[in-house]
Amino acid sequence: MDLTRLDISRRTALLTSAAIAANVVNPLRAFAQETPRKGGVFNVHYGAEQRQLNPSIQASTGVYIIGGKIQENLVDLDANGQPVGVLAESWEASPDGKTVTFKLRKGISWHDGKPFTSDDVAFTAMQMWKKILNYGSTLQLFLTSVDTPDPQTAIFRYERPMPLNLLLRALPDLGYVSAKHLYENGDIRQNPTNLAPVGTGPFKFVKYERGQYIIADRNPDYWRPNAPYLDRIVWRVITDRAAAAAQMEAGELHYSPFSGLTISDMARLSKDKRFTVSTRGNEGNARTNTLEFNFRRKELSDIRVRQAIAHAINVPFFIDNFLGEFARIGTGPIPSTSTDFYPGPNTPQYTYDKTKAAALLDEAGFKPGAGGTRFSLRLLPAPWGEDISLWSTFIQQSLSEVGIPVEIVRNDGGGFLKQVYDEHAFDLATGWHQYRNDPAVSTTVWYRSGQPKGAPWTNQWGWDDARVDKTIDDAATEIDPVKRKALYAEFDKAVTTELPVWMPIEQIFVTVITAKARNHSNTPRWGSTSWHDLWLSA
Amino acid sequence: MRILSLAGRRLAASIPTLVLILIGVFLLLQFAPGDTVDAMMAQMGGGDAATARELRRFYGLDLSVPAQLGNYLWRLIRLDLGFSSIYGKPVATVILERLPPTILLMTASLSFAFFFGLVFGVIAARQFNKWPDTLISTLGLIFYATPSFWFGLMAIVVFSIYLQWLPAGGFEDIGAVQSGVFRILDIARHLILPTLTLGLIFLAIYLRIMRASMLEVLNLDFVRTARAKGLDETRVVTRHVLRNAMLPMVTLIGLQAGTMLGGSVVVESVFSLPGLGRLAYESVIQRDLNTLLGIVFVSALLVIVVNFIVDLLYARLDPRISMEG
Repeated sequence: MDLTRLDISRRTALLTSAAIAANVVNPLRAFAQETPRKGGVFNVHYGAEQRQLNPSIQASTGVYIIGGKIQENLVDLDANGQPVGVLAESWEASPDGKTVTFKLRKGISWHDGKPFTSDDVAFTAMQMWKKILNYGSTLQLFLTSVDTPDPQTAIFRYERPMPLNLLLRALPDLGYVSAKHLYENGDIRQNPTNLAPVGTGPFKFVKYERGQYIIADRNPDYWRPNAPYLDRIVWRVITDRAAAAAQMEAGELHYSPFSGLTISDMARLSKDKRFTVSTRGNEGNARTNTLEFNFRRKELSDIRVRQAIAHAINVPFFIDNFLGEFARIGTGPIPSTSTDFYPGPNTPQYTYDKTKAAALLDEAGFKPGAGGTRFSLRLLPAPWGEDISLWSTFIQQSLSEVGIPVEIVRNDGGGFLKQVYDEHAFDLATGWHQYRNDPAVSTTVWYRSGQPKGAPWTNQWGWDDARVDKTIDDAATEIDPVKRKALYAEFDKAVTTELPVWMPIEQIFVTVITAKARNHSNTPRWGSTSWHDLWLSA
Repeated sequence: MRILSLAGRRLAASIPTLVLILIGVFLLLQFAPGDTVDAMMAQMGGGDAATARELRRFYGLDLSVPAQLGNYLWRLIRLDLGFSSIYGKPVATVILERLPPTILLMTASLSFAFFFGLVFGVIAARQFNKWPDTLISTLGLIFYATPSFWFGLMAIVVFSIYLQWLPAGGFEDIGAVQSGVFRILDIARHLILPTLTLGLIFLAIYLRIMRASMLEVLNLDFVRTARAKGLDETRVVTRHVLRNAMLPMVTLIGLQAGTMLGGSVVVESVFSLPGLGRLAYESVIQRDLNTLLGIVFVSALLVIVVNFIVDLLYARLDPRISMEG
């Protein structure tokens, strides 16, 4: 079943019900004229509690899903994935790319009544984004200062050119602003405000009961006119996926974001008229399934062996039978949802061909020995997501057919990161590469050499390639968007040829939401946005 | 006074055990790959080496293992359970917050299992090998063999989704702020399904034990004497048999009070209850050593207390057993 069709049929169902309710002839017009309804409580599934809620110091969907309603970013993405101002009204880069000036919106105040000014932006950028925020510290590595000539102007000064399109695509995730007056004294990490956030957003923090729920109420002084519509948002902590699906059905939850339910429950609820199940609104959170090779194993350092392994695995079969409608074939590290950088599918691809795999292995000198075994490998799957677990078993079975027995070693999150990225105690590893709208933010660290040992989700394969390193470095400071895109296409081609990491499956998170919700999933990172226009029909 | 001194002696005898348990758990967790910073990185979805180094210093993980253990034990002597890295609060506060749901759930399901186990056990024993016995024994076996998460989910499907009688999860209603009696009723409503789920499995055990123990006592000489002196059957069972048949049940309660704390992880997850079981699970996943050790400490204390009460009950049920023994 294809998801776009699924979504359309759901929408058609909505249109029909709206038409019946309004008793008019043209259903399309009836839908368009539906007037937003104020009020209501929106109940959200919250699967994994984080240690804190401030998105200025932690970039993860588990924080955005709450903190993103309370605090706001300088820039967000619009329906077409283009940057649109939130706290910033406009921006401009100097011709040399070393300064970026943001003009801030006037008349905005924090939930505690103090005015929002450029001082808050300067403080957050220098003290949080540059020093604490994951991904932010890499993005802002060459940020030297933020000048504030007046309360509405923040001038970011960089040591090296900062491509404006990189900054604007990174800031929706890495550009949440915190209030200086609440953080300037004491250790930022230990600040109690992190667990009772104060922001400028459409919802005000009310209460956090650990292990149970978080509540935020409508901000009556919100700067956008007539927003927000909802009275209250409640995030309910439910760790068991099956229980969350049951609560959706019992009507106690309205929304389960980021593939929070099991694959089978999502498929089941997609046939239920009370819910919309779709990947729409998550395009900004694309991820690819990886197969990471450890070059310290001499067999794997041979490119023919890596290619043979890729040829031995039937990816389309796996997707059709295990992931179904929620995944598609990936062509490389830059996913097809990335309209600005996707280089097209014309990179080297590895179609399923067992004979070719066997021939490549023979050619590399690894002929089958006793019992048909060429050599054996240890595979470490990451513990997040049932797709990874299925994928690792599939790899195991596929490789055993070409004479490579695989032992699967399972760990929990901390253990997986330690063993793969710090101790390098793996031959093969598999997990997710999460793409964050620009390869420089999330992707090039998987390939650039010289990553410090122990940094998770970076090149720890024992592989380096001077040509790829140079392309990565050039692209990171290239301020011409067209040239940048070309450089990333070159990069994508080089790494799909060399194959230090294979990324053959592309997935977008799946949203399960009540059919009563309106104005949902209308931007590429909707689950993380402020929901100022979300409303519930009666 | 005698009880107090006995309690004191018991506690003193338990201290070495407690210390050994704590050191054991501490060392076991050192063997698990990764620390709380790795776990945090896993949760955040990325971070650089400088951040990780900074965080390790922040959580005191840059010290050697013996130094960390020494610090921990020294704090414990001063009755300080330390600071939780995932909750950003003192461990004692975190545990105190989670204790009420766990204790409520535990006492409710234990009482449920104990009471109905007793009643059905007696019925089954009295109707030995007749249809009520067969029915009760079969049901007991089914309850015992069914995994609790499946039971919980099926209960939710039936009572929350189809019948819509009871809430599907949570500890209390968040929508309405309630107080007094209404809050108690609301919490009770939320606890019905979890209590049944957790209790049914234990019920099966109690039922079997009670039945066996009743059958054994029913054949003893003093029961024949009681019958011979003309007592009616109800009096024989309630005054003579029951009291003697209860001893194994009381032993079992003492043993299970401990397992129920850990065994409730599944039920707490299925019903989204904020209990100690889930807290312990999260602490392991997040490598939050202080919180985990704190929970072990509190659980161990709880088991010691329950066993002490069980000993007192023994003496009360059977005067031949002396508390001093």
